[in-house]
Amino acid sequence: MQMAERVLAVEVELDRLTKHFGITAAVRGLSLSVGRGEFFTLLGPSGCGKTTTLRIVAGLVEPDEGRVLFDGKDVTRMPPWDRNLGMVFQNYALWPHMTVFDNVAFGLVERKVPGSEVRRRVREALEKVGLAGMEGRFPSQLSGGQQQRVALARALVVRPGLLLLDEPFSNLDAKLRVQMRSELSRLQRELGITTLYVTHDQEEALVLSDRIAVLDSGRLVQAGSPRELYEDPKEVFVADFLGGANLLPAVVVRAGTGEVEVELSGRRLGVPTDAELATGQAVWLSVRPEHVEVTSDSSGELRATVQATDYLGWTLQAELVLEDGTCLQVRGLDPSAPLRPGQTVGLRIRPERARVFPRRA
Amino acid sequence: MEPQAAAVPAGSATAGRRRPGYEPAHLLLYGLLLAVVGVLVVLPIASVLRGAVVDATGFTVAHVARFFYTPLYLESLRNSVYAGVGATALASLLALPPAFLLGRYRFRGQGLLVTWLTVPLVIPPFVGAIGLNQTLGRAGVLTLLLEDRLGVQFVAAEGLRGVILAHALHYFPFILLTVTAALANVDPSLEEAAQVAGARGLRLLWRVTLPLVAPAYAAGAILVFVRATDDLGTPLILNVKNMLGPQAYFRITTIAREDPDGYAISLVMLLLALGALGLATRLGQRREVATLQTGAQRAGQLLRGWGPWVLLAVSMLVGFAGLLPHLGVVLLSVSRVWSLTYLPTGYTLDHYEEILFRAPQFVLNTLLYSTTAAVLAVAVAVGIAYLQHRGRVPAPGLLDFAATAPIAVPGVVLGVGFLRVFDHWAVPGLGVPLTALWVVFPMLYVARRLPYAVRATSAAMAQVHPTLEEAAAVSGARRWRIFRRVVLPLVLTGAVAAGILVFVTAAVEFSGTVLLISRVEQSPLSYGIYLYAQSPRGRGAAAALGTVAVVLVALGTYVANRIGGRRPTLTW
Repeated sequence: MQMAERVLAVEVELDRLTKHFGITAAVRGLSLSVGRGEFFTLLGPSGCGKTTTLRIVAGLVEPDEGRVLFDGKDVTRMPPWDRNLGMVFQNYALWPHMTVFDNVAFGLVERKVPGSEVRRRVREALEKVGLAGMEGRFPSQLSGGQQQRVALARALVVRPGLLLLDEPFSNLDAKLRVQMRSELSRLQRELGITTLYVTHDQEEALVLSDRIAVLDSGRLVQAGSPRELYEDPKEVFVADFLGGANLLPAVVVRAGTGEVEVELSGRRLGVPTDAELATGQAVWLSVRPEHVEVTSDSSGELRATVQATDYLGWTLQAELVLEDGTCLQVRGLDPSAPLRPGQTVGLRIRPERARVFPRRA
Repeated sequence: MEPQAAAVPAGSATAGRRRPGYEPAHLLLYGLLLAVVGVLVVLPIASVLRGAVVDATGFTVAHVARFFYTPLYLESLRNSVYAGVGATALASLLALPPAFLLGRYRFRGQGLLVTWLTVPLVIPPFVGAIGLNQTLGRAGVLTLLLEDRLGVQFVAAEGLRGVILAHALHYFPFILLTVTAALANVDPSLEEAAQVAGARGLRLLWRVTLPLVAPAYAAGAILVFVRATDDLGTPLILNVKNMLGPQAYFRITTIAREDPDGYAISLVMLLLALGALGLATRLGQRREVATLQTGAQRAGQLLRGWGPWVLLAVSMLVGFAGLLPHLGVVLLSVSRVWSLTYLPTGYTLDHYEEILFRAPQFVLNTLLYSTTAAVLAVAVAVGIAYLQHRGRVPAPGLLDFAATAPIAVPGVVLGVGFLRVFDHWAVPGLGVPLTALWVVFPMLYVARRLPYAVRATSAAMAQVHPTLEEAAAVSGARRWRIFRRVVLPLVLTGAVAAGILVFVTAAVEFSGTVLLISRVEQSPLSYGIYLYAQSPRGRGAAAALGTVAVVLVALGTYVANRIGGRRPTLTW
């Protein structure tokens, strides 16, 4: 990659954004900052406000309150065409009456780039996404994956300061999705472009992102690197949404600073925590399915019955029931382990990897 | 810089923090279009209403009341309704057997039969009447054959009967198409359920199938009724004066422009049309219930047993009957003498020489008026469709409502309204009223055909996904450029197809045209046909003009359907 091709990436700051549609609040007081060249993902279930937030950044939706800043400059009221963006839509939004060339060239024509340069840059952009020679096709003559690449080329060709992607891979099949994911990652790093990515797919978010913001009902729940969010969720929503933790009902039996002791199914466990918890308080004990050890002798700390097993070839996962009736998922077991439904097994939870969150009745 | 009228930054319109309600550029366009639709549609209709119920003394129902005390008017009302009912009944008789055949059976040459049976749509009833006169009129070939060979004296195409026949033969394909589609779309499981419950054959047809297609049939049938009731051209060609259309026409053009009786008659026509179309709308609302949601078509049956073969024979007879007007017109247009003989006794191209070289103004005027009307109608329709789907303006539905209102307004009534309004509009600098200028014709055609243009364009606009425009905005295109480069190209196909249909329907518009004619030099083809048809020696030229009209309509419909990819839905 030549230096000349590198774009002038911007820094994005969202300052207390709020947006209502009718009486429904889509975004409530959302503040975030995205660093120069960072790959930043907005993650959350459908209806959490992530797409609205992206559209506010694009200028397609005006917020009721709050500001959007690009490199410290307030662009909240700036129309989309002046923001120098690249955007990939969920349905690609390729113009059906234009060829691949015209689709990609569109933004350059609007920027009054001379014809010879338009041709060169469109060719380069299409080469970059692996579509050289497809210039004369119409979108209807392309496969879903090819349309996706055209949309990406169209977004990148204008050398935008910020790349916005709205669930770009949700219409692709699983295999293609993984392939496109790694290509996007490579392109983004090559170009060093600031990228704001919207998805409800946690795996996509973990693989691609420098940082992730988890959104719920229009609010920011937690932002951080994939590792921080996965390993140290600050809220039960994050633990549950990202990686699907087991949430086991427990009670604090001894409060302390940095660590508490909880009781689960008649057993006591010491768990690290930052939260202020009182003795006797009901909590969720959050345990990742891969942080549970299963032993065949049932003399371990906890005892459980095997409910069902899923054999995936390279690994084994199981659904267990604790003695108090709580269900528990376990992953990453040795596939040769002789687990049978109905069998009683011992469990060992690695307390340093577990977390506790207050539980409301 | 771009032309910036339409590219006011969104921010400037947003004094408050909320998303702004209105867009200045949209408001400007909205105002402009409201003015256009107001002048072309609302003013003329309102002025007819006013003429009927307001006079020097203020509001009065005296004129409308007089309508119901005047035997001539009552007879005209009866005749109009009779013609409407008769045309609907006859068109149904012609349409239903082939509809059943086409909707339920599958056979080779089916497409050919459909095309053949829809050919009558290309010949306007008042042109068809000329042809019918030659085939089924007093000295028509079939009338003569009937008398000579069978000794039966019966003139089918004369007087009211002729009006009924002309309309039935023109409009039956319309019922045919709606009912065929409805039959093909009835959910097969509804009939299967009845069969399982023990209904078969005619009982199945009577108790289940017919009730299911009845709403579709009613919509088509009511349209035939309205058109036959409203018509002016066909009665004039067949010299029938005691109908509502001709009465209104004669009152206004021969008695006085301000004659209140003419407006009272117009009001009655308007109410009749509104009532019928209101009924059609109500019946149409029940239509969704029974049809397949998937659009899947049932597999047609093979032609087994004698039933379908009888249907096929009847359909072919109907097909031949449908060609009678065309045959008469085309043959008459090349005949030197055709009087009291089966076929012409000499052939000539004189009539074409007359209309193309000696008096070419009829055709030239039509091309000018229809092209102007098509371009204007499309421009207005694109604007209305855009505002309807994207407009940030107060009450976008108002514009759409006003623009589609003429669908319920008889051509005569709109023509009367135009005359009443624009006769008083002096053109600055010329000192003559607007009605003296040729532009009044395209204006009338735009008003009459706007509903169809708006519907077609709006359907095309609904296909444009908003993200296509958002993608353009993000790519750096400003509002006007988004419209030019994305929206317009995407709706243009639909709009052009609509424009061509406006062109062909304008080319054969008669009811309103005839009211606005002040000088022969300005008259278009449709009025030329009427003029020539007044004298026995001119009938050949009238037929030649009629043939030109048929060719224009056929070509235009074909091209529009090729572009738009839709079934023919021509109506006038």
